[in-house]
Amino acid sequence: MRCKKMVDVGRRQFLRGGAIVGVGAAATMMTGVQAQAATPGAQVDYPSSKLANIADLTVNDPVDIEFPDADSPGVLLKMGEAVEGGVGPDSDIVAYSVLCPHKGWQMSYNSDDRTLNCPGHFSRFDAESGGQQVWGHATQNLPQFTLRVDDKGDIYAEGASDLIFGRPSNVL
Amino acid sequence: MAYKRQIDRLPIPPADAKVHNVTCHYCIVGCGYKAYTWPRNKQGTTTDNAFGIDLGEQQPADGTWIAPSMYNMVRQNGQDVHLAVVPDEDCVVNSGLASIRGARMAENRPSRVTGTQQQRLSDPLVWRNGVWQPTTWNDSLDLVARVTARIVTEGSEDDLVVSMFDHGGSAGGYENTWGTGKLYFDSMKVKNCRIHNRPAYNSEVHSTRDMGVDELNYSYSDYEVTDTIVMVGANPLETQTNAFLNHMVPGMRNGARFIMVDPRRSVTVNACEEVAGAENVLHLAIKPGSDMALFNTILTYVVDQGWTDADFVAASTFQGGEAVGADSAHPAGLGSLDFAMQDIRTSLAEGAEVCGVTEADIVKAAEWIAKPNEDGSRRKCVTGYEKGIIWGNDNYRTIGAVVNLSLATGNIGREGTGCCRMGGHQEGYYRPGDGHVGRPATYVDQLLIGGGGKIHHIWACDHYKTTLNAAQFKRVHKRRSDMVKDAMDSAAGGTREQLVDAIVSAVNAGGLFVVDVDIIHSQIGQNAHVVLPACEANEMNLTSMNGERRLRLSERYMDPFGNSKPDCLIAAGVAQHMEAVLREMGNDAYADQFKGYDWSSEEDAFMDGYHQGNPDVTYDRLRVMGNNGVQEPVTGFENGELVGTPRLYTDGVFTRHGRDDGKALFCAAGWRGWQAPGKAQEEANHEFWINNVRANIFWQNQFLDQDNDFVQDRFPYPFIEMNGDDMARLGISTGDLIEISNENGATQGMAYPTDTAKPGQVAMVFGSPAGSQGNVVNPGVNELVLPDYKHTWGNIRKLAEAPPQARAISFKSKEYTA
Repeated sequence: MRCKKMVDVGRRQFLRGGAIVGVGAAATMMTGVQAQAATPGAQVDYPSSKLANIADLTVNDPVDIEFPDADSPGVLLKMGEAVEGGVGPDSDIVAYSVLCPHKGWQMSYNSDDRTLNCPGHFSRFDAESGGQQVWGHATQNLPQFTLRVDDKGDIYAEGASDLIFGRPSNVL
Repeated sequence: MAYKRQIDRLPIPPADAKVHNVTCHYCIVGCGYKAYTWPRNKQGTTTDNAFGIDLGEQQPADGTWIAPSMYNMVRQNGQDVHLAVVPDEDCVVNSGLASIRGARMAENRPSRVTGTQQQRLSDPLVWRNGVWQPTTWNDSLDLVARVTARIVTEGSEDDLVVSMFDHGGSAGGYENTWGTGKLYFDSMKVKNCRIHNRPAYNSEVHSTRDMGVDELNYSYSDYEVTDTIVMVGANPLETQTNAFLNHMVPGMRNGARFIMVDPRRSVTVNACEEVAGAENVLHLAIKPGSDMALFNTILTYVVDQGWTDADFVAASTFQGGEAVGADSAHPAGLGSLDFAMQDIRTSLAEGAEVCGVTEADIVKAAEWIAKPNEDGSRRKCVTGYEKGIIWGNDNYRTIGAVVNLSLATGNIGREGTGCCRMGGHQEGYYRPGDGHVGRPATYVDQLLIGGGGKIHHIWACDHYKTTLNAAQFKRVHKRRSDMVKDAMDSAAGGTREQLVDAIVSAVNAGGLFVVDVDIIHSQIGQNAHVVLPACEANEMNLTSMNGERRLRLSERYMDPFGNSKPDCLIAAGVAQHMEAVLREMGNDAYADQFKGYDWSSEEDAFMDGYHQGNPDVTYDRLRVMGNNGVQEPVTGFENGELVGTPRLYTDGVFTRHGRDDGKALFCAAGWRGWQAPGKAQEEANHEFWINNVRANIFWQNQFLDQDNDFVQDRFPYPFIEMNGDDMARLGISTGDLIEISNENGATQGMAYPTDTAKPGQVAMVFGSPAGSQGNVVNPGVNELVLPDYKHTWGNIRKLAEAPPQARAISFKSKEYTA
């Protein structure tokens, strides 16, 4: 069960980011040991993906997103009051991966108590507490996406707090 | 603040990474994992890696993934290596599932590189001049042996009190129970001993064994093909997680109904309702401690309806009235079904009154368990029970009542049946006979509190967190051990002989010399004079069996931390030093009893112990059997594989009691209200029942989790689940620090408002280092010295408003809601 709205996630931007990684990896394999012209950064470089505009959001109404690429579903939420990691004028906008960090099942949002719930093995996470696992089997809290809001009210995702299920690197 | 790891990339294990079989060393389920290790300067790629899959693609649900908690960097043969411990999809126990405990095995390893678990002990410590001074094995063991030898020869072995684990997994297992067992039960005959979680050396399930039924008699697969699952005082989603998810859930999906007997609604009930539908789940939320009356009522109804399995009862159970009379070693008589029914018979009205549930629900339970199908075939039922009754009211008779029902309905020894304890740790018990301990065994805590014993050897037990009557125990233990510390301080600068003299004088004056063997410097270890560092599974090879008797070798993939050692080799070291000291004292005959410990590895201890009794079983053969291992008892070795026993008693012959007739016995489980001294009065005098519960996120008393940021971030204080109306009445807000107190002592925790908590009933997490529930548990035990931790009453008051750490966490319901 997914959220109700789909928003343009800036597919072109993250495809471009992915292509750069791909080229780098291929070159490494072909040349064996030689460093590339561009030294890889110590951190993963995330794409900057536009998720929505503040005007698109209503309180407690989840918006489906994909970040950092189309294979990584997430949720964008306006909570109505300041919450951990919240951005925007009210510090209340947050975004999380919705792949359960236990076994990768896709979670659904319960708007009654504002939690994300996993149908696979009953884990649940609190959208108002930084994605903290309320109860469950995961060994980390939900990856929370780092958000930026520009002057026009556009919301961009540009990072993640934790490793996303099913990948050795958040940017593949 | 929710704990963020800020990890967005992990090393990839290369295709040539070393792979080791790992059985999770935490709970009894013993999930299979694979440990991958590879050199510090190597890595795999997305396309060429140990998993043989394309890691450049998003993996699907249930796909292979290394969570950050599954990764660390550890020492292996003196080198730093990458480590990933990943659940094994091919292990039939867990089929690739990981629990919140097992999936943290890697990050709960000690690492000088990543800084994890720096609380682990690396060297022996001796109390010297007011501090614990790191020292050598020779120095520390010499002191242990000199003091121990003096005391047991000047007095007797009864002056030596021993607390020792009896379990598998962790730092237990067949190797280590044998090492300690050989030392204390063969070289010596120590009778003043106790086990890690209870104040005497006894079985937690005497009655089922006396009835002829081993407490682990099924295969987990039985859950998948049964008609009804009954859980009594157990919370398997939290505490036997993958037995529930990988076996009970498929059972419910195959149509099994689920009966939960527990005063408290747990997340297991919630999950069962999600899987089976609420109409197929019956939660009998009985009054605390009334389990026996419930099972007696169900059995009475089943007998009266003619729903017993008459053929099974005739063929496999005793027919001649009383077989074993009630006496000091048997808190109830044992015999035929008719014999037992004389004490058991309980009407629906009586049962409903005692248990606080409706007659209709008791009838429903009886029907789900035993009412034959319309074609006359019998329903199959698996029953699991655990601490709710093991650490509950009238242990012997209550467990007997549960087993009675399974026997009467023919639900043991057949596919889709079983009557088993769910278990805590894995099992791994192999020791010389303990008959000299006696039954009932010494109530060791009371012995120590009363000034008995002069030396206390402690093996991986922290009674500060996990015993009953803990407040008094701690006061006395500290006072007595402080006397010895003072004496040692006074002997500063003297010779070894003068030091030993000072210690002996102090213990003869009422002091207690404490030797603590553990992996960390525990709370009770603060009273120790010598601390000896042990290692755990996978820092050594370790064999254990799980809750369906599945024996595996969990392989060593890393070095013991610092100079720590397997417990079996520490026991050998104690024995060798005892032999030397006793010979020096001129006591050759006694010294000779300490021969036979020339082990250089844990495998040597395994061969000296378990292998002697089970000659087919060797490390090499277990290695071949991998993570699926072999179910005990092992009956042979054929075609390169060990042959095991998937289910006990398939021939209908019951043997656990040792009777030649092979007939199971029923327990005359007459209900007598609160059995343990002081419980009824405590209930009458206090406002709240203080239930003692577990949480899936913690392993045992948090000895490793207390140093795990993810865990401590979630529950910075021990949670106390409490009804909102009760909180409001007492002026307690969410996350406030509260105190529970009664005549036994006081403890503290954090109020966690819980809709499903009944008024007047709170549920406090067990064994927390920040608040021992045992402080408020009275010393009452049953006739065989089994504690009733579960039944404690106290009053509650607010201590402080929620501290910042508590204010930052989620207090939402733990129940899944789609």
